[in-house]
Amino acid sequence: MTAITAPPSATVVDVRLERLTKRFDDVVAVDDISLDIEHGRFFALLGPSGCGKSTSLLMIGGFEEPTAGRIYLGERDVSGLPSYKRDVNTVFQSYALFPHLSIFENVAFGLRRRGTRGDELKRRVLDALELVGLSGLERRRPRQLSGGQQQRIALARALVNHPRVLLLDEPLGALDLKLRKQMQLELKRIQHEVGITFVHVTHDQEEAMTMADQIVVMNSGRIEQAGTPTDLYEKPATAFVASFVGVSNLLLATVSGPGQVRLSEGTEVSVPAATLAGRTGEVAIGIRPEKIRLGAGELNVLAGTVAESAYIGVSTQYIVDTPAGSVSVCVQNDRPGATALAAGERLTLSWDPESTFAVEPPEGTP
Amino acid sequence: MAAVGHSGRLAGVVRGRRRRLAPYLLLAPGMAWLVVFFIVPMYYLATTSLQHGSLEIGYTFSWAWSNYADAITTYHTQFLRSLEYAGIATAIALVVSYPLAYWIAFRGGRWKNLFLLLVIAPFFVTYLIRTLAWETILADGGPVVGILRDIHVLGPDGRLLATSSAVIAGITYNFLPFMVLPLYVSLEQIDARLLDAAHDLYASRPWSFLRVTLPLSLPGVFAGTLLTFIPATGDFINAQLLGTPQQYMIGNVIQSKFLQLTDYPQAAALSFVLMAAILVAVLAYTRLLGTERLTG
Ligand SMILES: Nc1ncnc2c1ncn2[C@@H]1O[C@H](COP(=O)(O)OP(=O)(O)OP(=O)(O)O)[C@@H](O)[C@H]1O
Ligand SMILES: [Mg+2]
Repeated sequence: MTAITAPPSATVVDVRLERLTKRFDDVVAVDDISLDIEHGRFFALLGPSGCGKSTSLLMIGGFEEPTAGRIYLGERDVSGLPSYKRDVNTVFQSYALFPHLSIFENVAFGLRRRGTRGDELKRRVLDALELVGLSGLERRRPRQLSGGQQQRIALARALVNHPRVLLLDEPLGALDLKLRKQMQLELKRIQHEVGITFVHVTHDQEEAMTMADQIVVMNSGRIEQAGTPTDLYEKPATAFVASFVGVSNLLLATVSGPGQVRLSEGTEVSVPAATLAGRTGEVAIGIRPEKIRLGAGELNVLAGTVAESAYIGVSTQYIVDTPAGSVSVCVQNDRPGATALAAGERLTLSWDPESTFAVEPPEGTP
Repeated sequence: MAAVGHSGRLAGVVRGRRRRLAPYLLLAPGMAWLVVFFIVPMYYLATTSLQHGSLEIGYTFSWAWSNYADAITTYHTQFLRSLEYAGIATAIALVVSYPLAYWIAFRGGRWKNLFLLLVIAPFFVTYLIRTLAWETILADGGPVVGILRDIHVLGPDGRLLATSSAVIAGITYNFLPFMVLPLYVSLEQIDARLLDAAHDLYASRPWSFLRVTLPLSLPGVFAGTLLTFIPATGDFINAQLLGTPQQYMIGNVIQSKFLQLTDYPQAAALSFVLMAAILVAVLAYTRLLGTERLTG
């Protein structure tokens, strides 16, 4: 008999932010955010330009001093620690490779500082270059490499140190679309392979959805919502998340009963009771365009007129004017010979109540 | 139809030729300047250095290589002194300028331009006047000597004026901006993110400086030391105003040969020897520092 029991399914938290705030003169770049990032996660910080993503990342890395709040790496409070004493490494947006050093020396920089020498040093540098698929370039200088290659070197230079957490600040921003898509998958593969926690900053929701298993959406210095890509898409918590992550139809409504709202022109609509979360009065309900059917058949029904239709191969997109506002609908072209409705045609839209979510009405709407 | 195609091709050929000529056309003014004001005078100087005679009887060209032999045997002390003074002054200027340039580049903030202006402000005053001002500062009755005597760095009748120290100090002062400006430019260009990256890779501040800032500023060190050392070697004003014949540099010898003794051949030979000496020194220095590493 032993009295000591292991804590149930211990999840290790690698990064913990506690009420972190950063003020630049009169700008509040990061406004009181708290966050736990678990070990081994591919974590994305998503948000529009200027929302404070980089500032948050720079504070974790130790390049910016927080105005208030604490930062923990594992158990350790690192808030006042200089960056060279933190067990994190960063891939900068501009890569910041040392132009005067060879690729080998760039990658070896951190290892040398920590006293790795000789064969061990050589082996680890070459392994890191192999991991990013750039063996054989170790004698070149950074400026002799393409943008994509430099990006990989920056990644190798950080990963070779086996940090507790790897910070990436829009590392794919400078690459063209095709290379970016390829690198997204590559990064994900590498993260699986090394098992290090990645914190990835991006303003591209598609990129965040593709790569991350946890996403935090930020807006003007605050956290709007944290969750898995599915959470954010299926159950957005705010109007901002609903329209920033994918496309949403937001319709103003008034709560008229449990699981029941009335749209502005009077139509009664059923919604899951849970999504109202005890709200009364004004709400905005949201439906994703691909969850709406053309024609009746589901419980919630709305009549309208086609304003525009666009055939884009895999699907057809409609803008439908309804008394409750304009609604966009996306129909998969999964049957042969499907014909699109033309502008001006009257039709009925319907959708499953379970596909409906409710959020606070966005600011600035009456 | 055919005619249009033909003339079009012709235009293409002309355009191609013009494109190939463009670099030479851009070079032309500079080359013309060099030919008129550098190559031609050098040619005259070279022929003069091989003449013999005097101002009264006239100079004749006679392959007088003895001018060179005499120049070296008679004045090797002044040659060596020039290299020594210029070398020491360059080293002091580097040590003084580096922190100054570093501070302006990284800590100057929005006052950067003002600080740079202050660095070159002395240049608004004539060289001669600036050096004369130093004569006053270092004079026996002046404040500096007074203080140094009080704290027993100098003996009761020790002096600063008319010593090597005064000449070297004068040279250092006069050429300081030539050191500060290139250093500033090379430091200013360093991307601050590179230092963040070094800190990120566990490098402390001193280590980041040694491994990142310093190597990246070497082009500035190289340019600054050459811009200081080369003119300093040929300088004669500082030795003349702040020193005595005991401190005379090769510039003083050349100046007096040309303007006072009108021994043109000897002066020309001395000039060429000086040029050769500087060239050798600079080549050795370039080898040491390695231009390839600089441009890497
Ligand atoms: N050094 C600074 N001084 C003053 N204001 C700053 C500074 N750095 C950032 N800011 C401000 O803080 C806010 C957040 O900046 P941050 O760089 O974190 O945005 P971001 O989310 O990374 O945006 P982007 O996607 O454009 O990179 C912005 O309003 C920005 O202007
Ligand atoms: Mg940013």
